[in-house]
Amino acid sequence: MTTEAVAEKRSVGRRLAGLFHGRPRLQVGALLAGPLGWLVIGYLGSLALLLVAAFWTVSPLSGELDKTLSFESFEILFDEPVYRDIVVRTVTIAALVTVTDAVIAFPIAFYMAKIASRRMKAILVVAVLLPLWSSYLVKVLSWRTMLSADGIINWALEPFGLTGPEFGNTAVWLVMSYLWLPFMILPIYAGLERIPNSLISASEDLGASPLTTFRRVILPLSFPAVVAGSIFTFSLTLGDYITPRLVSNNQFIGNVIYNNISTNLPLASALALVPIVVMIAYLLVARKLGAFEHI
Amino acid sequence: MADLTKHYGEVVAVAGIDLEIRQGEFFTMLGPSGSGKTTTLRMIAGFEDPSSGTVELAGRNVGGIPPYDRAVNTVFQDYALFPHMTVSENVAYGLRVAGVAKGERARRGEEALEMVRLPGYGDRKPAELSGGQRQRVALARAIVNRPKVLLLDEPLGALDLKLREQMQAELKSIQGEVGITFVYVTHDQDEALTMSDRIAVFNEGVIEQVSSPFKLYEEPATEFVAGFVGVSNVLERDGARFTIRPEKIQLVENGAAPDGVHTERGRIAEIAYVGMVTRYTVSLDAGGKVELIRQNTESAAEDVGSMRGKEVVVGWRPEHAVAVRDGTTNEEGSP
Repeated sequence: MTTEAVAEKRSVGRRLAGLFHGRPRLQVGALLAGPLGWLVIGYLGSLALLLVAAFWTVSPLSGELDKTLSFESFEILFDEPVYRDIVVRTVTIAALVTVTDAVIAFPIAFYMAKIASRRMKAILVVAVLLPLWSSYLVKVLSWRTMLSADGIINWALEPFGLTGPEFGNTAVWLVMSYLWLPFMILPIYAGLERIPNSLISASEDLGASPLTTFRRVILPLSFPAVVAGSIFTFSLTLGDYITPRLVSNNQFIGNVIYNNISTNLPLASALALVPIVVMIAYLLVARKLGAFEHI
Repeated sequence: MADLTKHYGEVVAVAGIDLEIRQGEFFTMLGPSGSGKTTTLRMIAGFEDPSSGTVELAGRNVGGIPPYDRAVNTVFQDYALFPHMTVSENVAYGLRVAGVAKGERARRGEEALEMVRLPGYGDRKPAELSGGQRQRVALARAIVNRPKVLLLDEPLGALDLKLREQMQAELKSIQGEVGITFVYVTHDQDEALTMSDRIAVFNEGVIEQVSSPFKLYEEPATEFVAGFVGVSNVLERDGARFTIRPEKIQLVENGAAPDGVHTERGRIAEIAYVGMVTRYTVSLDAGGKVELIRQNTESAAEDVGSMRGKEVVVGWRPEHAVAVRDGTTNEEGSP
C-alpha cells in the first residue's frame, strides 16, 4: 500500500469521526440503533403478536385460525376450573420457591459478602456459579433419579420409617428451589457488598445488638437486592415446564402452553399472558414496598 | 489503657501502649498512617479485641464487652450515616434502639441538631447534604447518646481546608459545651495542635510522647516527634543530638550576633519565598542542615534565587536547642 492510500484511508475514518464530533444525539443513536432495533422487532414484536393472537379463536371442526376479535380464550381460562387450578398451583409454587431461595440464599450471601476471606469469597462465587455451567436437563434428571420411588432419598429415609416426597408438587418445589438458588444468591451478595462495613459498625456503636442491626440496617438496605433475586426465581419458576414434566404428573402454566401451542394458539397465547400479568403485579407491589428507592 | 497490643498475624499494629485519658479532655492521637492510632481507637470502641492488655473505661475493664454495650460513641471517617433514614432518624437511632420514648427522642434529636447548627434539617436524607453537613449529622448522632467518651476517627479528613478549619473551631466549642471526653485521631499536626488539651504521638505502634500541644512543639522528646510535629532540624554536636524550631533560628546580619546567641557559619542551600515568610535551608560548616524561616516584615529581596549559595551566619539561643532521643531506637522491634 502506498503512503497515499494510507492517508486516504485514515481520512475516511477521520471524516466519519468528524461527522459524529459534537453531535451527542447522533453518537447515542449510532450506539443504540442495533440493540434497540433488535429489542423492538424480536422482543416487543413477539409480545405484540402474542397479545393479538390471544384474541383469536380456533374453529373446533377444521382447527383453522379465525382472526377476528374474540374473548373466548379468556372465557375458557376463567371459567374452566382446571385452568384456574393450574394458575394457582404455578403461582403458589413460584412464591414458595422464591421464599425458600431467599431464606437459604441470605445467610450464604451474607457470609460471602461480610465474613469470608478474600480467598474463600472467590471459592464460593465459583461454587455458586458452577451449577449454572452444567446442563439444566442433567440436573433435573439427576433429581428425578434421586426422587424416584427406588431412588437414593427413599433409600436414605427408609431406616427411619419415612419416605421421600417422590414425584409431585413437593418435588417440583424442591427441584426449582435448587435450580434457581444461584439467581437469588448473586444479587443479594452484590447488594450486601455495597453496604459499607462502617454502617454496620456505626449501628453497633450506637447500641444496637446484632439482631437490631440486621433488622434496621442490613435488611432494609439489602431489600432491593432480595427483590431483584426474587424477580429471577419467581419468573423462572412461572415459565418452566420441563421440571414439572420430569418430576411430577401435574400441569403447570408452561405445560399447558406447550401442549396447546400447535393445536390452539389463541388459548396458549392467553395463558402466556398470565405470567406477564402476574409479574407486572409483582413488580408494582415491590415498588410500593420501596424496593427500588435506593437503586 | 495498659500495655495494649494488637497483632494481625505477624504484623504488630499496636506494640504495647500505656495511656491514661482524663475525663472531659480533648485528647488527640496523632501519627502517620499505619502508626496504630486508628487500631487503638477501634479497641476503645470495641471493634477490635486487644491481643493482650486491657482497656478500662471509668475504672471498669471493658475487655470482651461488645461495642453496643459500651458507653462510647464514634464519629466515623466516612460518617457512616444510614442512607435509608432521614437526618432525624439517623440522629435518633441510638435513642431508638435504647428504647427511649418517641417524644423525648424527637426533642433530644432536635437539640443535638441545633448544637451542630443544623436545625430544621431533620427531614432530609443524608444524600441531600453536603460533606460538611453530613459531618455535623454524624457528630449529632454520636453526642445525642451522651456517651462517656466520644471517639473521632479523622472526621475532618474528607473536607476542604476552609471547612476543616471552621469545623475544628466548632468541634472544640461543642466539646466545651457538652463536656464529653473527646478522643480524636488525626495525621494532621496543625489540627492536633489547634484543638487538643493533650496529644499522644504514635509511631510504628508505640507512643513517642504524650504532652500538651505547647510542650510537644517546644520540647519534642524524640527525633520522630520533632520531625512529625513541625520541621525536624536535628543537629549533632559533641555527641549530643538536639533540635531547634525553624522560627527560633536567626540569620545574623554582618556577623553581629546579640549576646547569648550561639552562632554557626553555613551556606544557603535552598531558599523559597512563601508569601508571609521566606524559608531558608542552610548547610552548616560544622555538619548538618537547618531550616529556618524569616518573617517578611520588611519586604523580602525580590530575587531570592540569587541568594542561593551565599555564605551566612545563623544563630540561636542555647535554651531553644532541645535534646532529643534518637527516634529509631525506641522500644523493641516494631515492624
